[in-house]
Amino acid sequence: MEPTNTLFMAKAVIILVVFAITLGVAAYSTYFERKIAAFMQDRVGPDRAGPFGILQPLADAVKMFMKEDFIPSHANKWLFIMGPCLSMLTALMTSAVIPFGDTVTVAGVTFDLQGIDVNIGILWVFGIVSLGVYGILIGGWASNNKYALLGGIRAASQNISYELAMGLSIIAILMFSGSLSTKTIVEAQQNGHWNIFYQPLGFIIFIVCAFAECNRTPFDLPECETELIGGYHTEYSSMKLGFYLFAEYINMFISGAVMATLFFGGYDYPGYEFVANKLGETPAAFIGAGALIGKALFFVFVFMWVRWTLPRFRYDQLMNLGWTGLIPLSIYNVLVTGIGILSGQPIIAGIAGFVLLILGLIIYDQLTVKKKIA
Amino acid sequence: MNYQPSDFLPIFVQLAAAMGFIVFTMIVTHILGPRRSTKLKDEAFECGIESQGDARTPISIKYFLVAILFVLFDIEIVFMYPWAVNFKQLSWTGFWEMAVFMGLLLAGFVYVIKKGILKWEK
Repeated sequence: MEPTNTLFMAKAVIILVVFAITLGVAAYSTYFERKIAAFMQDRVGPDRAGPFGILQPLADAVKMFMKEDFIPSHANKWLFIMGPCLSMLTALMTSAVIPFGDTVTVAGVTFDLQGIDVNIGILWVFGIVSLGVYGILIGGWASNNKYALLGGIRAASQNISYELAMGLSIIAILMFSGSLSTKTIVEAQQNGHWNIFYQPLGFIIFIVCAFAECNRTPFDLPECETELIGGYHTEYSSMKLGFYLFAEYINMFISGAVMATLFFGGYDYPGYEFVANKLGETPAAFIGAGALIGKALFFVFVFMWVRWTLPRFRYDQLMNLGWTGLIPLSIYNVLVTGIGILSGQPIIAGIAGFVLLILGLIIYDQLTVKKKIA
Repeated sequence: MNYQPSDFLPIFVQLAAAMGFIVFTMIVTHILGPRRSTKLKDEAFECGIESQGDARTPISIKYFLVAILFVLFDIEIVFMYPWAVNFKQLSWTGFWEMAVFMGLLLAGFVYVIKKGILKWEK
């Protein structure tokens, strides 16, 4: 069948383009992280490789490749190699279901700017992301180094703990959209009905969990250098270490894109209708893809901003926040959202729930403060 | 919207691209880097002084408990996904039923916390 074939080719091209964008963004995130860190600490940052140091990622890549690929003699060799590969593979597989844009027509072929539009969309992301923990755990265990083992174990139990709250915070979104397909979730948010207005609490829970899932500061205990040398990647060098670091940056970009999809209207932007009427559907959709990538990059910036602002948690604080803080909060969020949808006032319920929560926290704080003083 | 199993086909393009990238990079980095091994360098790096034993030792059982509880609660959460997708059709009846379910879940949750799985110093 000819049309199916051309459609498949179009999808393949989209996937490869997204793949290239992801790798490019991840490579340049390392540069911008250093630039932003430098800006926040009143330094210059990398400025030697090319103008403003923009060739720095290339120089880093060459350095990584030329370093000795070290495998400790007591390590399990194949598992040691598999760890970073698995990390990287899971990081690279998630981008397929993210809808980058609406329907476009190029050279007579009409298709969506999305790798695969499947009815399990968001579950695909969760399934792959939860496999990501194996990469770190296998790497940490195979190193046969006590610190690496501790890092790997910490990563595993942190990731699974925050996955619970993350899964629960998605449920409120699904109640609005009535579908697991990422495309349908985005379509339900068109014309400015972004989920963030209905789900402020859900978004806060989700972004905290995203930080924990990406092992980013303030939750980067698996690689906490003051306690664990380098954590799970203590024994790694060369491009294997590069894979772990690279996978983290890819995960940041993808989780930014997922947050944009779930809470910030995906490829929607103010004036979408107007642009579509003036220029046609196809340019409007491409601008939308740009808008989505812009939103994702903004979240990458937030990740870096937080990294250079907040100190690291202690491990028991981290687990306490995940279990006793975020899980009850997200159940509360689901209940408030349910009442809101069924009574026909989702936006009022969303905001009222948020305000009630803040009030409750303030009152609780006041009560416990008095108890502590007395 | 009519979903077909063939919708998943393009994922193999992505899998191939990812695998290709990973295998290529791994082979290249193994070929390019130098290789100079000494007995001392091949030891595990722990704190600079000679390391005692290896890392195949027992670890705190708390991690294991957290993992078990994750499996328990994650399965409960999986039950909520189909409910959430059909939420508007199920209406108030479904809402109260799920509220009861969540209440039971929270009771178990409180029990587990009170039991002290998060008391790391013990």
